[in-house]
Amino acid sequence: MSDNLISIENLSFGFGKTLLHKDINMQFSRGKVSAIMGGSGCGKTTILRLIGGQLTPNAGKVIVDGDIVHEQDRNGLYHMRRKMGMLFQHGALFTDLSVYENVAFPMREHTNLPENIIRDLVLLKLNAVGLRGAYDKMPAELSGGMARRVALARAIALDPDIIMYDEPFAGLDPISMAVICDLIRTLNDALGATSIIVTHDVAETFSFADYIYFLADGTVAAEGSPKQLMASKLPFVKQFIHSEKDGPVPFHADAPNYKTDLRL
Amino acid sequence: MNKLLNFFGNLGFALRSKLYRLGAGTRLFFLTLIYSADSFRRIHLTIREIYYTGVLSLVIIVVSAFFVGMVLGLQGYYTLEKYGSSEAIGVLVALALVRELGPVVTALLFAGRAGTAITAEIGLMKATEQLSAMEMMAVSPIARIIAPRFWAGMISMPILATIFSMVGILGGYFIAVLVIGVDEGAFWSQMQANVDFSNDIIDGAIKSVVFGFACTIIALFEGFDAPPTAEGVSRATTRTVVISSLTVLGLDFILTSFMFV
Repeated sequence: MSDNLISIENLSFGFGKTLLHKDINMQFSRGKVSAIMGGSGCGKTTILRLIGGQLTPNAGKVIVDGDIVHEQDRNGLYHMRRKMGMLFQHGALFTDLSVYENVAFPMREHTNLPENIIRDLVLLKLNAVGLRGAYDKMPAELSGGMARRVALARAIALDPDIIMYDEPFAGLDPISMAVICDLIRTLNDALGATSIIVTHDVAETFSFADYIYFLADGTVAAEGSPKQLMASKLPFVKQFIHSEKDGPVPFHADAPNYKTDLRL
Repeated sequence: MNKLLNFFGNLGFALRSKLYRLGAGTRLFFLTLIYSADSFRRIHLTIREIYYTGVLSLVIIVVSAFFVGMVLGLQGYYTLEKYGSSEAIGVLVALALVRELGPVVTALLFAGRAGTAITAEIGLMKATEQLSAMEMMAVSPIARIIAPRFWAGMISMPILATIFSMVGILGGYFIAVLVIGVDEGAFWSQMQANVDFSNDIIDGAIKSVVFGFACTIIALFEGFDAPPTAEGVSRATTRTVVISSLTVLGLDFILTSFMFV
């Protein structure tokens, strides 16, 4: 059994003709929490979609547990996805179902468990994210942080081997953020899962991730443990970690000469 | 010269994107058929959708039908009376409703009431990543979301059209017999003698099935194909009404020319 549950090899991907990722290599070790960081729009979420097989790479491959993702047919892909749980940026809860039914959804779809066992499992999962008391609420009645936690309970409903988090901290207050941080680590260790987090929140990620990849300009600009990256001298990493507004990533978007634009 | 080239270029582009959408819509239809078996296993979903698309459309259908029937009764009476055949009012009302107005007006109301709801709901599900989430949970959104709504539309539309025709006839009866005072026996017996089951009622039913198919698949496709933004969903909803209405009227002409000429 290889140490890497997921590996991305020489992956290139783009929408249309421009490439978003150029020849990327990444390895995600079993049982570890890995993070993919980078500025907005650098294609972090796209990597999760490539792992989940929702997009097909232009070149290269993504291998999950020995299988090449884009070569799977629909059944193969669905079989693979049953081993994955994904937390979407805004939770993506089904708005017509209650919290309870949202968490029960994957179980009802993929198992023939009797209702009393489903009930116990749903309450267990909700308890793990601290929301057992909110089981009868509708998604519209939840705060952003609570919705994210319910979505997390749903993502782990079938005890997945891989849990993917798309911007789990975006738009959360500091308390909810700390709760989610804690949950990611605890759930990963308790389930023996492999977690991948896509985010741009430096402080939170550095506090609990095992390994971090930095994406910039479509390539892996830096990688390493939080400690190694903190000590990194790479200008991009320094700019990102210390949130400096100007550096290798310029403040201004590409534009013609300022004076010419103002007709001076 | 350049303008001419641009004109043909734009024309070609518009035509190609229309063809593309037609193809994508057809593909969605076949996928829906393929996944229907899957969705029938969760029959409660289809039943729930029949409630949303069919049962909740009942009020608008019944009220509109009654008014349409009353207007037919009034207009028909004034014209028929000139020729001294006001007893034929029952036949006129029934034929107009069963052959044309029942299926057509129901389909137009259905597109406005249920079609827009379907498009907006699916478009918003897409915009809020609910369809993506479903895909990632290895559940096909076509089996779970599209197919139940498709069958609900296919089942609801003919029933709604039948109810429309029945209530419309009652509206005509109310005006002609109860208000104007046309002989009740003549009203019903002429209707019974002149409305043919296979020619009129079955043909009307076929129309309502065809319109139900068109309205539902258009609403589903527009929602499924909508760009996941507020503007995208609003445009898709508008397109559902416009395209459904035009399709229903166009198909009605074609079907009528085959059935009744």
